[in-house]
Formats: sequence, C-alpha cells, structure tokens
Amino acid sequence: MEQAKIQELRRIATDIRIGIIEAVYNAGSGHPGGSLSIADVMTYLYFVEMNIDPSNPKKEDRDRFVMSKGHTSPALYSTLAHRGYFPVEYLKTFRKTGSYLQGHPDMKGTPGVDMTTGSLGQGFSVACGMALASKLKGDIFRVYTVIGDGESEEGQIWEAAMFAPHYKLDNLTVVLDYNGLQIDGRTVDVMNPTPHDEKFRAFGWNVINIDAHDFNQIESAFTAARECKGRPTAIIAKSHKGYGVSYMLDQASWHGKAPNKEQYEQALAELKAYRASI
Amino acid sequence: MAEAIATREAYGKALAEFGAKYDKLVVLDADLANATKTEVFKKAFPDRHFDCGIAEANMMCVAAGLATAGFIPFASTFAMFAAGRAFEQVRNSIGYPHLNVKIGATHAGITVGEDGATHQCNEDIALMRTIPGMTIINPSDAVEARAAVEAAINHYGPVYLRFGRAAVPVINDAATYKFELGRGILMAPGSDVTIIATGIMVEIALRARELLAGEGISARVINIHTIKPLDEEMVLSAAAETGAIVTAEEATIIGGLGSAVSELLSEKRPTPVVRVGIEDVFGQSGPAKELLTVYGFTPENIAEKAKKAISMKRQ
Repeated sequence: MEQAKIQELRRIATDIRIGIIEAVYNAGSGHPGGSLSIADVMTYLYFVEMNIDPSNPKKEDRDRFVMSKGHTSPALYSTLAHRGYFPVEYLKTFRKTGSYLQGHPDMKGTPGVDMTTGSLGQGFSVACGMALASKLKGDIFRVYTVIGDGESEEGQIWEAAMFAPHYKLDNLTVVLDYNGLQIDGRTVDVMNPTPHDEKFRAFGWNVINIDAHDFNQIESAFTAARECKGRPTAIIAKSHKGYGVSYMLDQASWHGKAPNKEQYEQALAELKAYRASI
Repeated sequence: MAEAIATREAYGKALAEFGAKYDKLVVLDADLANATKTEVFKKAFPDRHFDCGIAEANMMCVAAGLATAGFIPFASTFAMFAAGRAFEQVRNSIGYPHLNVKIGATHAGITVGEDGATHQCNEDIALMRTIPGMTIINPSDAVEARAAVEAAINHYGPVYLRFGRAAVPVINDAATYKFELGRGILMAPGSDVTIIATGIMVEIALRARELLAGEGISARVINIHTIKPLDEEMVLSAAAETGAIVTAEEATIIGGLGSAVSELLSEKRPTPVVRVGIEDVFGQSGPAKELLTVYGFTPENIAEKAKKAISMKRQ
C-alpha cells in the first residue's frame, strides 16, 4: 500500500477512535477497550474493502457486516458515522433513551447496521446465514464479521465454524480480534481459547494471521480472502485492547467502563496529537 | 372414524407444496429431517434444504441471516430444541430484530410418547409467548396445519408453528376450511360453558361437548389455533355469553393458552376459568394414547372441569 494511503487510513482510524471515546464518555458507560482494538480493521473494511453505499444502506447487493462482538458497538457506530451513514455528532446520543445507538447494535433503527447483535456467538452464525443467502442469489455480495477472542469461548462459535466450510462459504470472512483480554482478565487464564489459528484450520478454514494495526497486513489478508475459493477465511488479527489511548492499552479493566472527565480529555489529547503527527 | 394424520406429516407436505409457489421459501433442519418431515421438501427442492447438523443454536441464527436477505426460512427441529435449547437465539436474533423466520417445531407436548420427559416439550408455548412480536400457531389437525404453513409464509415476522408427532383425527373439511391468522374458530355452539381448546385438544374438546350434552349441559367449543395474538374478541364474547371457561392445551398450564385467557379475562371480564394441561410436572415414557389419559387429556376430564367452571359462576 502507498504511504499516502496508509496515512489517510491512519487519520480515519484515529477519527474513529476519537468517536469511540466521545460516545463512551458521553454515555458514561460502554466498551472502549475492544472498540479501540478493532478500529483499524473497521477502517479498512468500510473505507476500502466493502462494496457499500451510505446513501443506499439497504441495497440488495451490498456487502454485509456483522459485529458479532456486539458490545464493541462504539467501533461500528463511529465507523458508520465517519463513513456518512449518520452525523458524527449523533455518537453523543449513544446509550441514551430514545437514541437508535443502542448499547448493542439494533438493525431496526440504525442506518448501516446489517444485524442486531450483542449476545455473544450469535452474530457469527447470522453471518453464515447471510453468506448462504448470497450464494443462493448467485454470489452477489460478500459477508464480513468480527468476533472477539473471548467470544470464541462460546460453543456456538464452533457450530458456525463447522457450518461455513461445510457449505463452502468462500464469500465469508471472519476477523477474530485477538487482543488476549476479556472482562475477568487474560483469556488464557480465564478459559484458554488458543490456538485460534489451528482450531479454525482444523475446521477447514483458510487461516491468515496478521497484526491488527498494520494496514499492509490487513490489506493482504482481505485480498487473500477474496481470492480463496471453496472455503471461508478466518483472519486472526493480533491486536492491543485500548490501542491509541496510553492508559487503556492492554488493560482488561478498560473492557467495559467509561473514562472520567480527566481521562477523557487525556484520551482526546493523545489521539489528536497522534493524528497531527501522521 | 375420521382419518388420522400427524400434523408434522402435513407440515412436511405443505412445505413441499408451497415450495413451488414461493421461491423464497428455504428450509433448515438439525439432523431430524426424517422426523420433522422436512425431508419431503428436501426431496422436492434439494437445493433449498440445508441440514445444519445437531447444532440448533447455529441453525436459528443462520435462519436469521437468510431472512435479512429476503428469504423465508423455516427452521425445523423438535419443540424442545427450537423453543428450549435455542430460546435465546430465537429471542435475540429473530424476535428482537423481528426477522421473517418461521420456526417449524415438531414433537411438541406429551404425545412425543416413548422418548419420555427429556423430549416432551410442554413449555414451548409459554416461552414463545414472552417474546414481543412472536406469532404462535398450534394447528388442530392436518388440514389446519397445511393452511397454517401458508398463512405463516404470507405473514411478515417471526412465527412459531407447533406440530405433533402422533397421528390425530382430521376434524376440519379441507374443501371449506379457511385459516385466518389471529382468529379463533367457533367449532360448536353452546350457552352454559365454553371450552377454549388449541391443537390436538380441539378434537378431544368436541368429544367432551357430547358428554356434557348427555347431561343437559350446553358447551361451546372454540378452536384457538393462533395463541398469539389471541382472538380477544372471541374469548370475551364467550365469557360474556356462557359465563364459564375451560381451556385445554397439550402443554403446561403455566404460561400457555390457559394463562393467556386468564390474563385477558381477569383484566377485562372476570370469569371462572379452569385450565386443562400438564399440571406442573414432567412427563414420562409411554404410548401417546396412554399418556393422554394419564395426564388428563380426555373428554371425561374436560367435561368434569367444565362442570367445575360452571359451579364457580356467581349466583
């Protein structure tokens, strides 16, 4: 990827991270850690990879995205807002009574949200259903879903992992946000779901390991996924929870809480300083 | 004696019949196609039938995904696994987003028979009733089951269809039968008491009516095939005109049709209601016919409960 393109994506990703902090701070609750860890992948999906049109969010042949780890809705909402599905200012209504920006994504009211999620494990299966639907219609769209590494402790994840290769859903790509942390601590300590790559490979997937914060690696992974025929692709994206905000980095304690005013101001200052340095 | 056909048989046949008419209809099963009878559809439309293996949670969500793209998926398994095991998937991925998924649940109730309590789902109606926007249909015979499948196809939104394993008498006339979603059917007139029945209990209620007639008691029989939304108008007028109600369902008395009727009447027209159903116990193995007797699904028991309801009328 050209350096200018990388810089542009980094700026967008930083704007998305700022939106995440704004949303969670104004809500007084929410999940910043896992939202920040997946922001670069979300940026690439919505600004490079996916065939979408924000002015026509229900277009039949649009690519679909399912945030299976629905608690990281701030990452999805901020990405959608910056891509033009709704005003960025609306992020401040997150989790507030009457807002369509529900704590976990609600497809009924939110422009650009393709599936309601929140209960872990379910979105991945829904993405399989969407990919099957696309195949039935003549392979007219691709489907992308993001699952958490903690989420992979859910049994349903492995039901879906069996289903997609069985039906040769090569139009489906799952990104596993491998930040290594969940609410109660390190995933390897809470209930070790690793090695993710070997498990998905054993289930018949095309598996690619990448650094979730490296746009070159993100691009090659999604390109390889598109070129892989006959089986779905799992991208194991090694990430850092809280990426972009120094005091949140790699801290399980920032899984599901909002910053106070001082922390909020520090987070914004850090992100804005980084943006200016790009 | 009327011809006896299991409602699941009618379900499988109906899917195959309507598969030709509705090209968006697809069918999912969880390694039970032979029992749920979706295999009939599979034979006719092999490219639109997807076995999900023994993984019901995944199946319900795959159905949801298909529905987001305009398909009309029927997801089939036993009631125990559809409403029980996959309850939360049905609630969060189908009910909450109000997706156009039809749940074809077979082997409901005590008439599962010999498989015993683990497979006798008496709780499905109660569970499904709690989900906002969920339509619940419990057909009384093969004729009604076929019509219910087409009505579900033509209704946008989640529908839970309840079918049985055992062959049951055909009580409706295929030539004249008309299914209206959410509308009860007056099966027989009566003025002393009303038996509000659903599913296979409708036929048994009609026999109870004959027993009561022999004792000079005039019993009205209503068939509530759509448990949610309930035909409130028909229930309220039955309460007003007969003053006593018996409900009958092959399911637990907690949370199902009996509860729906009781909730409605206690708020809008307090009337004695006596519920016939599984009385807060688990089932057991045995032939369906014997179990119906053991658990009180008999004309005699319904007639007795009718007399009890009449005795509770205010003097």
